Amino acid sequence: MSELLAIRDLVKTYGEGDAETRVLKGLDLQMETGELSALLGPSGSGKSTLLTIMGTLLQPTSGQHTMLGTDLTHASDAELTGFRNRHIGFVFQFHNLLPDFTAVENVMFPAAVFAGRETAAARARARELLARVGLADRMDFMATQLSGGQKQRVAIARALMNKPELVLADEPTGNLDRESANQVMALIGEINSDEQTTFLISTHDETIAAHCRRRILVSDGRVSTL
Amino acid sequence: MLYGLKIALRYLTASKGQTGLLIAGVAVGVFVFIFMSALIGGLAVFLLQRTVGDIAHVTIEAPDRDAISLLPDSPDVLVVQQRAGNQRTLLRTADAFLPLIEALPGVAATSQQIVGNGFVVRGQTRAPVGVTGVEAAKVSDIANIAKALVAGSTDLTNSGVIIGSGLAEDLGISAGQVVRLQSDRDVERTLVVTGIFEIGVDALDSRAAFVSLATARTLFAQPQGVSRIEIKLADLNQANDFASRIAAQTGLKATPWTQGNAQLLDGLRAQASSGNLIKGFALITIVIGVASALLLSTYRRRPEIGIMRAMGASRRFVVGVFVAQGTLIGLMGGLIGAGLGFLALAPFPVPELAPPGGLPVDVRQGAYGLAIVLTTVGAILASILPARSAARVDPVSVIGQ
Ligand SMILES: Nc1ncnc2c1ncn2[C@@H]1O[C@H](COP(=O)(O)OP(=O)(O)OP(=O)(O)O)[C@@H](O)[C@H]1O
Ligand SMILES: [Mg+2]
Repeated sequence: MSELLAIRDLVKTYGEGDAETRVLKGLDLQMETGELSALLGPSGSGKSTLLTIMGTLLQPTSGQHTMLGTDLTHASDAELTGFRNRHIGFVFQFHNLLPDFTAVENVMFPAAVFAGRETAAARARARELLARVGLADRMDFMATQLSGGQKQRVAIARALMNKPELVLADEPTGNLDRESANQVMALIGEINSDEQTTFLISTHDETIAAHCRRRILVSDGRVSTL
Repeated sequence: MLYGLKIALRYLTASKGQTGLLIAGVAVGVFVFIFMSALIGGLAVFLLQRTVGDIAHVTIEAPDRDAISLLPDSPDVLVVQQRAGNQRTLLRTADAFLPLIEALPGVAATSQQIVGNGFVVRGQTRAPVGVTGVEAAKVSDIANIAKALVAGSTDLTNSGVIIGSGLAEDLGISAGQVVRLQSDRDVERTLVVTGIFEIGVDALDSRAAFVSLATARTLFAQPQGVSRIEIKLADLNQANDFASRIAAQTGLKATPWTQGNAQLLDGLRAQASSGNLIKGFALITIVIGVASALLLSTYRRRPEIGIMRAMGASRRFVVGVFVAQGTLIGLMGGLIGAGLGFLALAPFPVPELAPPGGLPVDVRQGAYGLAIVLTTVGAILASILPARSAARVDPVSVIGQ
């Protein structure tokens, strides 16, 4: 296993003056390629904050953040956007899919936005990924015509579209019933072992965390591995 | 960019009713723009036709003779010969100029004329007239006498005269009867009234008499030369340029019609600027409509914009998606508005042929291309503000909600 990313002395504060909240207080974290990790911690502990910083969607107040040898703390918005597109996949709890597009079109998005058009190769891979997540019969359904669990599976397929090294999932099963949640987690486990894609999944749910090999706890602005 | 266009199209087709209304609004603005262009342009054609249709576009005369200094070398004494006031200046070289002028591009007709004043006498009645001697074949070339004829014919012989209806009424004569024409050179001829016209301009209808060039030569004792050459151009807007070119090339005095019609031109200009004002307001309405609709759309689509940004769509890509929507709306609205404008204007006769009292809109002057281009450019400009606000959407704050 090789090092995928390293975070050192990460600080994130929201607001200024009296309203200032220090959420992350000098956090250190390393992750290896191929990890399947759960991110645990009480509500408000800073799980989402950490995930969005790791996903380059949010700038930390201070600290270092490198991934694949690239320093992400001092990169421009355009550089971060390109990096995200190629190396990081996201699965969110809500608002995952573009509602006016079909399942296949949603999955293709990261490749199409990179290439400037929807290529035949991208379409083929998107169909393959949708078949992989068990949605072969829903390829051309509009996003709005899918159930919650189906939407999350489309989101996972889309997160994998550009073969990213890291997939960040913020409570991906938070909206789902127990059975769908287990299906989604089983799928993530399968992809992780097949393709060595690193997953970091935040959750409140012990049974979800039980699917993961490493459990990272956020508390008092720092992390510790359980 | 192709992909941004696809997303823009999908967004527009996703809410068909809203997009349809927006495009309809733009089309109405374009329609107003085109209708105003056609109306202002048509009115100008109509008014010019009415006013300038029966006068020469350029008149060529001999240059005014300036007062001549008789002792040019004397520093102390100024002795000048008074400028000839009563003597008619003659265009003696008309025969040499005429073929050259007729060969110039844009010349529709020329007419050499001898003009002078006189009286038409019938019994005890004497009426002052302006006499114009014209070539018999060119009676109708400047003012369309043939079209305005109410009695007789325009076949002008050396013993004939054509007069206006007002004059005929004053003198109580009709076509075929005989009058005496007395020139201010005290030459008198007896002539037959061959035709009576009614142009609708009082100065002509009750004060003009047309005779043949030969008759005018005897009446005004001018064995050679002519008083002036009147020219009609294919395009009356070229009159100024044409006149100054002729003046420069020949040294003659060339007067364009615009010199005597400053009020008409002022009126037309005022009309054109009020038309432009209305067109400007139509464009501003389009821009505001498109901007507000797109701004609303960016607000509604904030979560999606956040997702796109998280998936690696750049700010420029997001800007492109919204500018493309503006462009498509402008183009569609422009094309539809221009098409409807053309269909609405096409049934109207062109102003030259419009019946009196008809709406003088000119379907040829709809400025369709300009309307489409300005609308599209306006819609693109209108989309920049919403596009920039879309590009500034912070993915973190919209996805977490
Ligand atoms: N934009 C913001 N402005 C101010 N404070 C914020 C902002 N976003 C988050 N916070 C604060 O930061 C802290 C951590 O929030 P975060 O969303 O990271 O927690 P979390 O661990 O994901 O919680 P949950 O389990 O409920 O999702 C919270 O106290 C929250 O109030
Ligand atoms: Mg959270």
